[in-house]
This record gives sequence, C-alpha cells and structure tokens, in this order.
Amino acid sequence: MTNRVKLSIDGMQIEVPADFTIMQAAKTVGIEIPALCWHNDLREEGNCRVCVVEVEGQPTYQPSCAYKVADGMKVKVNSPELLRARKMVLELILSRHNMDCLNCERNTHCELQTLADKYGMRNNRFENEPEWRAIDNSSVVVRDTSKCINCGRCIRACNEVQTAYALDWDGRGHQKIASTTANKPLADTTCINCGQCINVCPTGALMERDDTGKVWEWINDPEIHTVVQTAPAIRASVGEACGLQPGYLSAGKLAGVLKMLGFDRVMDTNFTADLTILEEGTEFLTRVTKAVKDGDKSVALPLITSCSPGWIKFMETFEADFIPNISSCKSPQQMFGALAKTYYAEKAKIDPSKIRVISIMPCTAKKFECDRPEMCDSGYQDVDVVLTTRELGRMIKLHGINFDMVKEVKWDDPMGISTGAADIFANTGGVMEAALRTVYELVTGDPIPTMNFTPVRGFGLDDHGTITAKEAAITIEKTAKGYEFLKGVTVKVAVAHSTGAARRLFDAMRKGEKSFHFIEIMGCPGGCVGGGGQPRPTSWKIKAERAAAIYKEDDSRELRKSHVNPGITQIYAEFLEKPNSHKAHELLHTHYHARDSIR
Amino acid sequence: MNYNAKILSADKDHVLLKNVGKIDPMSIDAYLKAGGYEGLKKALAMDPKKVIDEVSDSGLRGRGGANFPTGRKWTFTAGAKADQKYIICNADEGEPGTVKDRVLMEGDPHQMIEGIVIGAYAIGATKGFVYIRGEYRKSIATITKAIADAEKKNFLGKGILGSKFDFELRVVEGGGAYVCGDETALIESIEGKRGEPRMKPPFPPVVGLWGKPTIVNNVETLANVPHIIKNGAAWFTKKGPAGSPGTKIFMLVGDVNEPGVVETTFDHTPKDIVEKFGKGVDGGFKFAQIGGSSGNLFTADMMTNPMTYERMAEMKVSYGTGSIFVANETRNVVEFLSTVAEFFEHESCGKCTPCREGTHRISQIMEKFEFGEGTISDLDLLEELALVMKKASLCGCGQACVNPFLDALKNFKGEILAN
Repeated sequence: MTNRVKLSIDGMQIEVPADFTIMQAAKTVGIEIPALCWHNDLREEGNCRVCVVEVEGQPTYQPSCAYKVADGMKVKVNSPELLRARKMVLELILSRHNMDCLNCERNTHCELQTLADKYGMRNNRFENEPEWRAIDNSSVVVRDTSKCINCGRCIRACNEVQTAYALDWDGRGHQKIASTTANKPLADTTCINCGQCINVCPTGALMERDDTGKVWEWINDPEIHTVVQTAPAIRASVGEACGLQPGYLSAGKLAGVLKMLGFDRVMDTNFTADLTILEEGTEFLTRVTKAVKDGDKSVALPLITSCSPGWIKFMETFEADFIPNISSCKSPQQMFGALAKTYYAEKAKIDPSKIRVISIMPCTAKKFECDRPEMCDSGYQDVDVVLTTRELGRMIKLHGINFDMVKEVKWDDPMGISTGAADIFANTGGVMEAALRTVYELVTGDPIPTMNFTPVRGFGLDDHGTITAKEAAITIEKTAKGYEFLKGVTVKVAVAHSTGAARRLFDAMRKGEKSFHFIEIMGCPGGCVGGGGQPRPTSWKIKAERAAAIYKEDDSRELRKSHVNPGITQIYAEFLEKPNSHKAHELLHTHYHARDSIR
Repeated sequence: MNYNAKILSADKDHVLLKNVGKIDPMSIDAYLKAGGYEGLKKALAMDPKKVIDEVSDSGLRGRGGANFPTGRKWTFTAGAKADQKYIICNADEGEPGTVKDRVLMEGDPHQMIEGIVIGAYAIGATKGFVYIRGEYRKSIATITKAIADAEKKNFLGKGILGSKFDFELRVVEGGGAYVCGDETALIESIEGKRGEPRMKPPFPPVVGLWGKPTIVNNVETLANVPHIIKNGAAWFTKKGPAGSPGTKIFMLVGDVNEPGVVETTFDHTPKDIVEKFGKGVDGGFKFAQIGGSSGNLFTADMMTNPMTYERMAEMKVSYGTGSIFVANETRNVVEFLSTVAEFFEHESCGKCTPCREGTHRISQIMEKFEFGEGTISDLDLLEELALVMKKASLCGCGQACVNPFLDALKNFKGEILAN
C-alpha cells in the first residue's frame, strides 16, 4: 500500500499518495496547473516556471511539476500573486516567440497558444525578439528556432529517452536556444529521424518535412497512378489526427477516407507485415538451424528485427558491431514499395514508371528510409513519399471530411488482405508476438496454444519511468519434422522500445550479462503507436489507449497468424516462389552500413 | 596580473589571515611550523560525529553568502547512506568585488586543505574536489602544489597519519561562469555538463555529485574548521557577539580611501569598517552595495547597524560574501545599475525563464534610462518584473540579482527618473 499524505490546496483539504507532486495533487481536485517544460513522458526539469506555486514556509515559489507533497503542507496554487507571476513569465516567454500564429502548423493546437488564451494575454510590454535563424530543413525533422521557447523537452527526449544525442543547448543566458550538436544542420548530426522531439514540442518549433504538396499533385495528375499504403498503427491514431478520442479505431474508415481523398489504389502495409513474418521467420530458422544443428559459429545470433528505420539508423550509428545480427528483411513499407512497382504493376498491367507509392506512417524516420539510395530494387524508387499520421490528418481536414462519418470500405487487392499478426506490428512486442505465432507452428507442427503472448506486451516502465527491455523464454517440448534438433532448447527473446532502452539492452549484452536468440527493437517509446509522426499530444496513457485498440482489432480477427494469410500464399505462388527465395532476396531484403557516431 | 589585496586589519585580531603574508604559501613546512595540521591530528583522534558536534556547537555558518549552519549541513551528509560521499570546496569566487577566497588560497593554502580533510573525515567522504575559478591561475597553481605536498606528508592519501581514513583531493578548474558558484551548478560543471543549477530538493548533502551525498562548502568556511577543532567550539563562540560567532573577511572596494581586506568580528557596523579600516569614504557617502553585484544597497542609516545575522535578518538584507562596495555622491545610480544589469544579462545561465529573459529585459530598461528615454511605466514594469524574478526564479542567481534594483527603486527612484 502506498503511503498517503494530507495537505491543503487553496484551502481544500485533500489526501493523495505520498509520492505525488503538487501538480498531480491539484489534478485530483480538478485543477490543472499550467506547464510548458513539464511533459508526462520526460524527466521534470522545472525551468519554464509557469507551474510555480506557493508552499507555506518557502520564501520563493516552487515548481509544482517536481515539488513533492508532504503531510500537513499548505499550498496556494491560484493566489492573485501567483497568477500575476505566471502571467509575467508567460509574457516573457511570448516576447521571445514568433507570433505569426495564423501561419503556423500548430495554430489552434499549440500548447503555448492555449496557455496564452487561458491567461488572457492581450498585449506584451516587451519588444518581440524571437531567435531568428535560418529554418533547418536539412532533414525530415524541420527546426524553426523563432518558435522555440527553451523548454528543453526536445533535448530531454533526444538525449535521455532516445540517447541519440543530436540535440543540445546553444549559448547562455538570453542567447540560449535549443539547438543541435555543435549547431550543425540536423542532417549532419547523429539524428535518427525518430521525431520524438516533434512529439513533445509544445509549439511549432519542430515539425516533420511536409510532403503533402507532392501527394496532392500526383493525386490530381491523371497520368499518375497513386498507390497508398497505411502502416498498422495508423488505424488506431488517424481518428485523433481528426479530433477524435485516443484509441478510436476503424480500418474501414481509414481505407474509405483515402479513397475520398482520391488515391487510385488503397492497400495495406499490414499485407507486407505478414510477409515480413514469413521472410524474417524463415531467416531466423535458417540461422538457428545453422547455429544449433550444424554448429556453425559464424552465424550471427541473436537475430534482430529491422522494421523500425529510426532504430536502424541508431544501430548503424551507435551499435554497428551488431550489423551482422540485423535481419536483412526490409521494413514492411519498403517491401510494399518494391512489390507495388513489380508484382502489383504486372498484375494490374500498369507501367511502374507511372506509379507513385505513398506511405501513411506513424513515423518520421520512414521519410528518411524511403530516400535511402539502396531502396530502389523495383528499378524505381520503391516508395516515393511518406506522410505521417499528422500530415494525413491535415489532408483530411483540408477536404472538410468528418472522419467519424466516413463510410467503411475494404482494402484493395492484391495487397490489402492481412491478419491480426500484422495489426500488432503497431505495438512494442507485436513483431515478436507475430513471429512467435508463425515460428512456433513451423517448429512444433502444432497450433499455438494461446495466441496472446503477453510477456512481450506492455511498456515495461520501471519505478523511475525508465523503459526496460521485456524478456521471455520458451522451451520447445515437441518438434515437427526437420526441427528435431530444437527439442528441449529454450529460446530466449527480448523486446525493447525506444533507442535508449535498446542501447541499455545492447550494453548489457556486450558485457555478457544477457544473451538472446531473437530481439525485437522498435525505435520509438511504445513502438509505432508512439511513433514520431503520430498526433499530438502524446503520453503513456494515450499510447496505451492506441495499443489497446490494436490488440482489440487483433482479437476480433478471424485470421491471426501471418502464414495463414491467403494473400501471402498467393504472392509466393504467383511471384515470390518461397520465403527467402532468390527473388524475395532481390526485392525484400537489404543491407546496412556503419555510420560515424562522432558527428 | 598579480593582485595582492592589502590587509587592513591588525595581526592580533586575525584567525584566518594569521599566516597570510607571513609565511611562504608554497612551503608546507612553513605551515607546519606555524602550528598547521594540528587540527587534523586532533580530529583524526576523535569520533567523526564528535567533529561534527564541535563544528555545530561553534555556530559556524557558511561564508559563501547563504549563512547556512555548517554543522547542520554536515549532519545531513553524515547521516545519508551511500557507498560514496564527496566533499567539494567551492572556490569559484565570482561575486564582483570579492577576493577573500583568493587571498586565503594564495596566502595560506594548507589552512583550507586542512579544513577540507577534516570535513571529509567528519562526513565520511573519501574523495574531494576544489572547484577553483578558472581565472584564478595563481590560486590553481598554489593549491595544486599544496595538495601534492600534503600528499607527500600523508595529510592526504591512504591511511592519513596512520589512521584508517583515506582521502583523495583534486583541483577542478571552473569554466568562467558566475552561476557555477551555486552549489548545484558547480556540481553539474564537475560532472562535465553545462554549468546550470539543479532543482532543489533534493539538496546536494543528500543527492549531489553523481547522485551521491555531497558537501559543498566555501573556502572561507572550511578555513575556519581547523581552528575550531584545534581550539574548541567554546573558543570560537567567544569571538564576536552572541549568535554571530567567529570572524569574517570583509572587502572594501569602490570609493574608500584605502581599499583592501579586513578580518573582523560581526559586532562591527559597515560604517565602522569603512571608517576604521578604509580610512573613510573618498568623497561624500551615497550608498554601499554589500555582498557583490546581487547585494543589497545600504543607505547611510543602514550603515550603522552591526552585521550580525540577527540584525541583518531584521533588516531583510544580507551581507552576502562580505564585499563592501562604497559609492560616493558623484556616482550616477543609473550608470551603476546598468553595469549591474549588463553583468547579470551576461552571467544568467539561461535555464529558467524569469532569469534568462528577465535579466535581458532589465538590461534593456536600464539602457533606456541611460539614454534618457526611460519613463515611469518602465520603472513600474521593472519593479513588477524584479519581484517575479525574486520569487519565481530557479536559483539564487535569478532570485538575488534583482536586489540592487528593488533597493534602488526604494531609495533612488527620483534620481533614476531624472536621468
């Protein structure tokens, strides 16, 4: 049982858990204390000072985001002096902020704007002096310092959650500004394009490169055949991008709205997610066979998943010694691109040069991935443009579509059919769970006893809110023909989300503290449901609601194992021959290269 | 630059300055001959808890400006459970007009080192750092040499003087930031991070350097420790008025006839110090700023109060580091405030909004007055801003840097407006 303490807030007597902050305590009586540098998913730093409160006995105001409650404490959270002080602090912040709100991407959904409205800001007595610097559009994450309010959330997300160390402070005093390592363009840093900085930014200082213009052009060009694919996570977050509540899920409406926007062919990345399981599962079993049965010491195990492009660039930069362990499988979106311009083009008898593949992804790193020079195995750039969930939301908004009222439709053939195993790719642990559903059956020859492999589900947060890797072990009791050598073998797996958690896991492995056969890494906290291209605001609670919607979708499916997807059977029969075939390798697999971590 | 502050007080009244200018600071033997390291020998024969009790009983308070009771601070760290504890000597003397730590380090380095070792023994620290202001090249050289000599004589190192106590001491050079005088910013700096203060709580005595319990004490504070242990708490409390024991080093700068350093007890008034030691004001007295750039402005009537903790608290002022900058009647208040404003605009670390933006805006407002463009509404804004900074800033820098402005608005509003 947690200890509880009694305190008074503006004269109200309340009782809350002893480890609460004053801000949390105030929430229990319905008072929301403003916050700018505080963010649910980050370490509190107490630098913005808009959350200050009066604690009796303290000569100065205290930041309620970090100050813990105590028994008998008397707190004022809304005294006239406090409101005046907060308003002054806000006035100072706004005096350094680019006030061109109407032309800002965050207009009407900006935390600073909302706060300015709440505090009735009408005029500013200080000269407006934003930090004017050239907009950094060197990479998929675009930075505009004129809108930065120095809350430092981006830096904490980058350095503490992701440990990518691409962002840092520049300058001191009033010249201080959130910037990049040594003020370099973001593209020249160790940035992994994960977009977590965008997710936590309270203003429009950070955003993804907006690629909707190109997409509208192609949609409106009768010569161009637009093929759109949507990642597994989108169905559980597009609603939020359209103003609906977190966890709103409708795959049918998603397909429907894409048709309404004018895409020629609406297909599903879930199809290639299922395909990934076949390719990666086969790769895993091949490696295990070589290692265990043949005793081949040169085989790299554990096998590590490769679906997350933020993770891939992180790995190439900071964990390059593990390159041989990374699955050679392309991510599902890149598999889709390569197949859209080959398999689909052939089937639909469309000149692939006229096809444009557009991906709707929860991810900013996918924009970087589709531009990687090696992603051209179809003979063309496999995926032409990636849009984030947020960008899709903007397109829907532009057409004035009420998403809730969109008619549900089916995904188009031939790459529209998928299973529940593909759905859960959206969640941390989902790729592992999907792989186990298939690999278990291949190895044992039996149907998997329970579909839901819960040890790899959830966020694995410790008491300090740090993300820890999830681990599980399965001992193989019975084997199918050909896999007798695995009888009695305990297969150890690990799942980590956020590159920070991945770094900690790999450090432990290098020290010999841990060893595994198969590891799933997703670069973003929570997996794709917490992707850097997802709607704002974000929090663990919101991510959990998206994840729950995804599991519900999986539960409701008739087909929940990738290898029973009839579309997958068909594509192997018609086109790819068999998993890891020569053709599959040509189109669906890739390679990696080490990058300089001292940038 | 070789700055040698003139010592204005008499030898017979000196405790801390006793050896300064009298012995060769580069010679550990000279310090030993003058009775050095006897306090340490005595301390090592005592239970660490008894050492803390002695310091607590002496009533010694921090000499860096915050006046926190030293013994109490030590108790927090001594009581904290940890596999490693640290002691840090704060020698990042950055308040304008303040040179006492430099005089102590360059004139009698071993006195401070002895104090650090005793403190470390008392709290159970096995590692310590002297964080010296980077510009103090001579202090760095002197302390570095003194540490090497103390190691040779086993006042530092393994099994100090045959005891089971190990203690390692290292010099860290500051990077030149005023705010690193704040103990948490100093800790961040030693950790290799930007010199920015941390939120408190947790306080360093419990969660400090690399998350371990850490004592940060000023040079002058630690320099007192060997004397307290050697002569006993009762000896210390007998010096000066009740409640404000011991001696303090004050610095006279600005428009005084004889600038320099004074070691004296707390029963003196600032006026006494100016007249008795500084040979009076050079010109007619206008005001004095006591305690560095963030210090309060003392008007003539305030100058006649003794500088006891009690009296200062009643007046809601502080003598801070103990520097007394005297301004004569030819000084223009606006010019003076502009200089202060520019200093803080430059030295604000930029972490919290009120200080980062506030120091910049104060500087802008003062600039307006310098150019004769300031209005009464500017002063209203200045006052409103200053009061918010005092209450809402994260660390002592932002909270205290507005003191001279608020004091000037009280006493010199007419003159500012006339500008």
